[in-house]
Amino acid sequence: MSEQEACFGMLDVLCPMHVVVGPDGRIAHAGPTACKFWQEGDLRGRKFIEVFDIRRPRPVADGVELVALSGAKLHIRLRVPPHRELKGVAVAGPLPQHVTVNLSFGISVVDAIQDYDLTAADFAATDLTIEMLYLVEAKSAAMEASHQLNQRLQSAREAAEEQAVTDPLTGLNNRRAMDAVLAQYISAGRSFALMQIDLDFFKAVNDTFGHAAGDHVLLEVARIMMDETRAADTVARVGGDEFIILLHGDLDRDTTAQIAHRIISRMTTPIPFEGAICRISASIGSVQSTDYIRPTADQVLKDADEALYHSKRTGRERHTFFASLEPDRQSAQM
Amino acid sequence: MHGLVNRAIQRFVTDSYGAAQWRAATDRAGLGFSEFEAMWSYDDAITPRVLEAVCDVLDRGYDELLEDIGTYLVSHPGVEALRRLLRFSGVSFIEFLHSLDDLPDRARLAVSDLELPDIALREHAAGSYTLLVRGQLPGCGHLFMGVLRAMADDYGALAFLEHKGTEDGAEVVAVTLLETEFAEGRGFDLGARAG
Repeated sequence: MSEQEACFGMLDVLCPMHVVVGPDGRIAHAGPTACKFWQEGDLRGRKFIEVFDIRRPRPVADGVELVALSGAKLHIRLRVPPHRELKGVAVAGPLPQHVTVNLSFGISVVDAIQDYDLTAADFAATDLTIEMLYLVEAKSAAMEASHQLNQRLQSAREAAEEQAVTDPLTGLNNRRAMDAVLAQYISAGRSFALMQIDLDFFKAVNDTFGHAAGDHVLLEVARIMMDETRAADTVARVGGDEFIILLHGDLDRDTTAQIAHRIISRMTTPIPFEGAICRISASIGSVQSTDYIRPTADQVLKDADEALYHSKRTGRERHTFFASLEPDRQSAQM
Repeated sequence: MHGLVNRAIQRFVTDSYGAAQWRAATDRAGLGFSEFEAMWSYDDAITPRVLEAVCDVLDRGYDELLEDIGTYLVSHPGVEALRRLLRFSGVSFIEFLHSLDDLPDRARLAVSDLELPDIALREHAAGSYTLLVRGQLPGCGHLFMGVLRAMADDYGALAFLEHKGTEDGAEVVAVTLLETEFAEGRGFDLGARAG
């Protein structure tokens, strides 16, 4: 075996994707994987720059200029379809006046594998390409499994939220829970009083001191309403600063009014938060189920809202019974 | 045990025997659910309990069930991804055998909390090996025997496998490679992706 053949044989094993360029600028030898770039025939004898377009660091016109780029990282594009981008490095040798250019696919290897129908045997035994392909495939499979799990979890979360009966901030019941209890009271013909409560000046607290202060106020307000009601009553947060209290049992008006006034009075006590003093108050509108012959949920809610509106319109920080409004202000028959 | 392992058992039973048998097994094991999530972790005690319940429901021996699961994991079209990942380990069955020591590390690269049994290959003479399998799951040597049998087929090699019991806490599997190019094998296209 000639020395030249021995050199090329070594290169074929160590870096199967290389080409050796002779003094005439033509390819003197190509590694077995590099040969696959030129599918119409033999790569040997072709001019290097006819097959490979060196784009960076700068274009070259012949083999001499290639020597000057020795050791630099080359960005190369194949001049033949599918015009893959390659990475390369040139070194002088192994024969006098020859240049060897070793090539790699870089990040486009996943596509190149398909273009040239490559197998593990096309890469050097020490090349990590196969491990990289393994990782790409393994990670894609794991990501896909995680992605599916996430989608299932998200659907489950949405379903759970839809069924939730608790307001996550205050821990009070939410609108859904209140609607359910009200519907149950009405269908069972049980007596109750319903209070619709709106916070006054809450927006100002949020705007002035921020949402953390607003949240703190809501927690305080929730605590007050829980304190002032019995365990079997229903306290619900039904909007940003809107609440409904459903008092069960046949309460007389005085008792309901007392509860309402206690709540208002406690809510007007300034609430300190991180050095700031938050001032709010509350307006309340109430109905008693005993005011109706046959109450409906829509009607009692609408009437309580009407009474609340009256409290707000007449200066806030007060409580109004729907039944005590002027008859022309009452939208429904009693 | 990792959800992937439990999920593999679930898929084996549903694909081979039907969803009703799987539900019967999970009921018998008292799981309270019948769908394992591949990417969740489960209590280690669950897996042997499920396997024993599957044995009872299908009226099959534990060891041969595990070997069948191993074979299923590599040869069933529904789990092509795993066969492909295993084929990345080597271009021939011999290379594959020699890469088995790396298998737990390979698995961890893909899914960081997946712990596969520790595997050591000993070569006694050309074509004669023993495989020492040390894992949490009782009978994982039988499971690997199923995997190896199917992988030998995949590479087109002819191999004789025998479970030799347990030695110092490791299950011992004897592998005798009779012919490396016995059949055509299934081929492995690097660029193809399992669906």
